[in-house]
Amino acid sequence: MTSSYNFTALKTIWIKECTRFLRIWIQTLVPPAITMTLYFVIFGSIVGERIGDMSGRPYMEFIVPGLIMMSVITNSYSNVASSFFSAKFQHNIEEMLVAPVSTPVIIAGYVGGGLVRALIVAVIVTLVSFTFVENVSINHAGILVLTVVLTSTLFSLAGLINAIYAKTFDDISIVPTFILTPLTYLGGVFFSVSLLPGIWETVARANPVLYMVNAFRYGFLGVSDVAISSALTVIIAFNLVFFITAYTLLQRGVGIRS
Amino acid sequence: MKALSIDNLRKTYKGGFEALKGIDLDVEEGDFFALLGPNGAGKSTTIGIISSLVNKTEGRVSVFGYDLDTQLVELKRQIGLVPQEFNFNQFETVRQIVVNQAGYYGVPRQVARERSEHYLKQLGLWDKRDNPARMLSGGMKRRLMIARALLHEPRLLILDEPTAGVDIELRRSMWDYLEEINKQGITIILTTHYLEEAETLCRNIAIIDQGTIVENTSIKRLLTTLNRETFVLDLSRDDEQPIEPSIDGFTVRQMDDHTIEVDVEKSQGLNKVFDQLSAQNIKVLSMRNKANRLEELFVDLVERGRSAKAAAGA
Repeated sequence: MTSSYNFTALKTIWIKECTRFLRIWIQTLVPPAITMTLYFVIFGSIVGERIGDMSGRPYMEFIVPGLIMMSVITNSYSNVASSFFSAKFQHNIEEMLVAPVSTPVIIAGYVGGGLVRALIVAVIVTLVSFTFVENVSINHAGILVLTVVLTSTLFSLAGLINAIYAKTFDDISIVPTFILTPLTYLGGVFFSVSLLPGIWETVARANPVLYMVNAFRYGFLGVSDVAISSALTVIIAFNLVFFITAYTLLQRGVGIRS
Repeated sequence: MKALSIDNLRKTYKGGFEALKGIDLDVEEGDFFALLGPNGAGKSTTIGIISSLVNKTEGRVSVFGYDLDTQLVELKRQIGLVPQEFNFNQFETVRQIVVNQAGYYGVPRQVARERSEHYLKQLGLWDKRDNPARMLSGGMKRRLMIARALLHEPRLLILDEPTAGVDIELRRSMWDYLEEINKQGITIILTTHYLEEAETLCRNIAIIDQGTIVENTSIKRLLTTLNRETFVLDLSRDDEQPIEPSIDGFTVRQMDDHTIEVDVEKSQGLNKVFDQLSAQNIKVLSMRNKANRLEELFVDLVERGRSAKAAAGA
């Protein structure tokens, strides 16, 4: 198939995916705004005032990048996981499988949908944060954009892999509940890992989410617990591993072909 | 040119179930071909492999000369698939479903929208184009799947029980439509449980049972092999008494006071039946086949195939 055919197929999947989450915007775009408002109120305004500064920044300002990243991770993951699994469950994935759509195009289409939803949510949460933090400055716009795009892509791929293996709707909620949420909470969203004692700081550095949150925080505030080059390397490496995994699984027809 | 060529196709599912045991099948371009078989015979597995929804274990498949293993993209472009189950997103609108499907085949959106108008109008769905698919009736959903399969203008249309659960009127209008697109050059392969459907529409037929092809021939030739038919006769007589005719040389079963079933061998002909009834002052008010002729053959062939296998096994 020529590249124009591939592009048309990619655009089709992408439009279909975006239409899907926009059609159910009350379920997809409103909850992050409400949840993050609560985080800002409770952890920022109420608890934050007693904490004072963290990494040289007011606590409320410190948690803004982490909370945006938390929304990005959750939404990119759940968008692709639920959409792909629903397509499997209702068998409309077959519409794509019988057509000459290549595996990279299927991956790119679904990831593209997850990416757009994550970016829209990131903008919504950023706007919410403006009502709590007066001066949200952006120190490194390039790093900020690169980090949010790479992180959205990474968790969209992770959601896709989860959906490929999933056999029931329970299977797509297990990973977010038991893996994603703990990693995100322990990934330096609400604290600097330099505060952790000895071995726990080392353990925390094994958490990939830490690198994403810190790279994003660096883009916003110019402060980070890890070197930015290391953070971007980790994120890109995970992207490659997840892409190869998703590609291999789909090529073999795992979970989608008998 | 062969629209479809299958050579020694085998499929063994995980767990060891052997769904296809080395089938060979050829379908010529322009044909209207029926693939018949009882439930679990291997029809859907065969269609699944052709349309690449099921991975084959062994064998070769080519569509219009394009090989499944080496020219998958081109092969897929030749096929339009109408599956047995409704497999579209029930929350999308009718038009979104068909336009998206064309998009997966690389048809530009504008072209797809124009074609969608053409096919949705032909299939009587244009008025429903903005309705979510879940709001459609069963018959409309079946027609939607046909429209969806045609939007990229395939050369081979595969329909897996397309009229299941469709009322008679709609079924006949779908038959007309399928005959029309077949005349336009689209090769059609049909699986169905309605044997009348196969007899009416198809020129050639393969009967598959327990993963093997038990018959592969033209419908005409197949029907000539039918040796015996059963006719149901509605009778009347002036005295209005119960009618129990005796017809020498034929097996007759009395169904009620005015109805009989008569088994007629191909060599016997019906004239002898009528002659004997006339001699007894009995009028034949109406006559019909007890079962669809193809149905009798189908049952016969499947039973013969199974008996042969059982004998070979013993």
